Amino acid sequence: METIRLIIVAVGGQGNLLASKILGEAALLAGVPVKMSEIHGMAQRGGVVESAIVFGPAHSNLIADGEADLLLGFEPSETLRALNKCNPGTTVITNLAPLPPFTVAIGKGTYPDLDRLQTVIRAKTRQLIAFDAATLAKAAGSILSLNVVLLGALVQTGLLPVTAQQVQQAIRSKTKPDFVDLNLNALDKGMAAARKV
Amino acid sequence: MHPLLAIESSQSILLLGNEAIARGALEAGVAFATAYPGTPSSEIALQFFQISRESDLYFEYSANEKVALEMAAGAAMCGLRAMTSMKHVGLNVAADALMTLAYTGVNGALVLVVADDPFMFSSQNEQDTRWYGKLSGLPILEPSTVAEAKEMTLSAFDLSESLKLPVLLRTTTRINHASGMVTMGPLRERIVKGAFEKDPMSYVCIPAVSRELHPKLLDKMGRAAAMADESPWNRIEGDGRWGIVCNGVSYGYVSDAIHELGAADRFKVLRVGFSHPFPEILTHWFLEGCEKVLVAEEGEPYLQEAVRNCAHRNGMMLPIHGKGEGLFSRLYEFDPTTVKRVISSYFHLPFTASASIRTDDLPEVPARPPNLCPGCPHRAAYAAVREVFGDEAIYPTDIGCYTLGLLPPLRMGDFLIAMGAGIGTAGGFARATGRKVVAFIGDSTFFHSGLSPLASAVYNNHDFMVVILDNGTTGMTGHQPHPGVDLRHLNLERAPVSIEAAVKGLGVENLLTVNPFKYRKTVAAVRELARHPGVSVLIARAPCPLYERTLPHYRKRRPFRVNAAKCRGHKVCLSKLACPAFFAAEGQVGIDPDRCTGCALCAQLCPENAIMPARDKEAAR
Repeated sequence: METIRLIIVAVGGQGNLLASKILGEAALLAGVPVKMSEIHGMAQRGGVVESAIVFGPAHSNLIADGEADLLLGFEPSETLRALNKCNPGTTVITNLAPLPPFTVAIGKGTYPDLDRLQTVIRAKTRQLIAFDAATLAKAAGSILSLNVVLLGALVQTGLLPVTAQQVQQAIRSKTKPDFVDLNLNALDKGMAAARKV
Repeated sequence: MHPLLAIESSQSILLLGNEAIARGALEAGVAFATAYPGTPSSEIALQFFQISRESDLYFEYSANEKVALEMAAGAAMCGLRAMTSMKHVGLNVAADALMTLAYTGVNGALVLVVADDPFMFSSQNEQDTRWYGKLSGLPILEPSTVAEAKEMTLSAFDLSESLKLPVLLRTTTRINHASGMVTMGPLRERIVKGAFEKDPMSYVCIPAVSRELHPKLLDKMGRAAAMADESPWNRIEGDGRWGIVCNGVSYGYVSDAIHELGAADRFKVLRVGFSHPFPEILTHWFLEGCEKVLVAEEGEPYLQEAVRNCAHRNGMMLPIHGKGEGLFSRLYEFDPTTVKRVISSYFHLPFTASASIRTDDLPEVPARPPNLCPGCPHRAAYAAVREVFGDEAIYPTDIGCYTLGLLPPLRMGDFLIAMGAGIGTAGGFARATGRKVVAFIGDSTFFHSGLSPLASAVYNNHDFMVVILDNGTTGMTGHQPHPGVDLRHLNLERAPVSIEAAVKGLGVENLLTVNPFKYRKTVAAVRELARHPGVSVLIARAPCPLYERTLPHYRKRRPFRVNAAKCRGHKVCLSKLACPAFFAAEGQVGIDPDRCTGCALCAQLCPENAIMPARDKEAAR
């Protein structure tokens, strides 16, 4: 099989690490070798959290600039910031609900225009799947399921070597029992959203 | 049952590198574990902390890395299998004990996990722990993958026991915080009771004893070198005429690169996993038949020097390069493309990097620096001290979440080097300039290494203020306890050591304790202490809001909101506090009720009294 390289970027507290864990577990169920690497020292301090997930035979668990096959962004400006990981063949999936960094509030930066952001990403990559995952997460029952909504969209691309069933099974075994139904619902919503986009 | 205990032998699961190391130690029958937390090592200790609560494994968070190592050394002297874990700079603290522990050796086993942080994701420097192998004479193992981290940990215990020496397991962030598939082995039985046989002429390192022990250490190093030559952790792959020597995560990058360059059959790779003492004979054998050699290692040219020494000793003239112009850097971490590019250029292989997209024409993305959390008491203490001294004072600071106070608008941090050095350097700044100096230190850091510089400052009649930012936990690394923390809610009997009593006991007469969220009182306390020359201490005590949420007495406080009718847009709240619960939309300041903790600091600073408790979440919106 070929190596598939996925980068997930998020803001601390958005549940990036759990999303990676679910994908890792799904890969285990699929019998696909998987390696992950994450930087989470500042996760609780409002900083950026980045995970690299490598499916397949490669030995490296890091993804260099331009080497990502897939980029999943939990926050639109963070998706934009991570575009250096992409090449013209990369598929990008992003949430469109912004969490502006504090620097914007104190006038030290301007939040990018969301339409322009999408146009730029679409022009530079193979495809962009962009939607408001926060609204879908709330509709699924909790904003905390944003990570699983986005996983749904990721699975729907068909570019990962794991099936929706394997991700569902991973959700059952890796998320808190009280949240399993909510998360399964969130996964469906994310998959449906990606089908529509 | 803890998952690392529950999972059965021969099962494969996905583990974090740090979990794999803890599992390896359990499989080795570790009975005694200690640590002072530090990124990226902290999750190792977390596993032991949890497991110690449901088994006879002894674990403690010690006050600092030196104490942690000494605790483990004491247990290992009595025949137990012990482990202590720390980040790379922690080994500097523990080094004094380690250097002579290498002379006495240990009777059981002692494995010291030291986690390096190339690129300094969460560290103040990127020192390379492998030099400590040479400095101390102790063996070093370095895993290349998560799975290997578990196996090597197990092997490190056996190595330690057979050499009767502490063994260093050196990792990097990309091992500690990577996840990979790991296959479980059987759990060896823990032997938790040891015995100590007195032998002062072997263990009490007075000069006469140490003169006998140093040659014994050299003898053990000789044996260790022979083991390194035979070790399965050092292996040669391929039989090409181009040599690559590598270690740690670089091994993965090298393996991928030579395949992706389509030239794997032209290479011979020496993976060094048992790196000190260096496997000389194996390396000589490897170099035979090589035309030229590239050394791929993050950090310092440790392997490069060793390989060149080996070639020199054997009269070999082949080119051996690693660090240098157009080759590898001593700075930061590697990535797969960097390694591929250097291999291609050194061996003249064609290589085109993936067509990265242009990013210079992207819309600008606002910076997202880490920030003190909403409701963080450090923000309140900093704001009060800044109100009194502004930019007049010099602010030496220390290691912890509160280091983030250096960012604008707080700008409270002028010098930072090491744990405890805020207080230590304060006297130097004050003596040299005659200016007001206010040193900041956290509660955990105070117990780690703030006590001795404070005693020294009092005795030597220095003139500065210390603010102890006491949030009741070790915040930055994930809320580990320290000697000042009450753990009764976890049914753990620990009598918390009083910071006030410690400060007074060290001879400080001017001491005040405040709740920093009472802003005016805090400002008054700073002014009061500033009136007295000499060493004064302000304890700013309020719990870390993230930690507080985990405590049984926690009750969520009502969030605050901005009353738009009263707000005149002075934005003092934003410009002085930079609390991330605030946002600005269409010129109007607002507070995100989901992020506001209700600390009320901003409400005390608003000149129009426009910030008030929300009636409920909806009203706040």
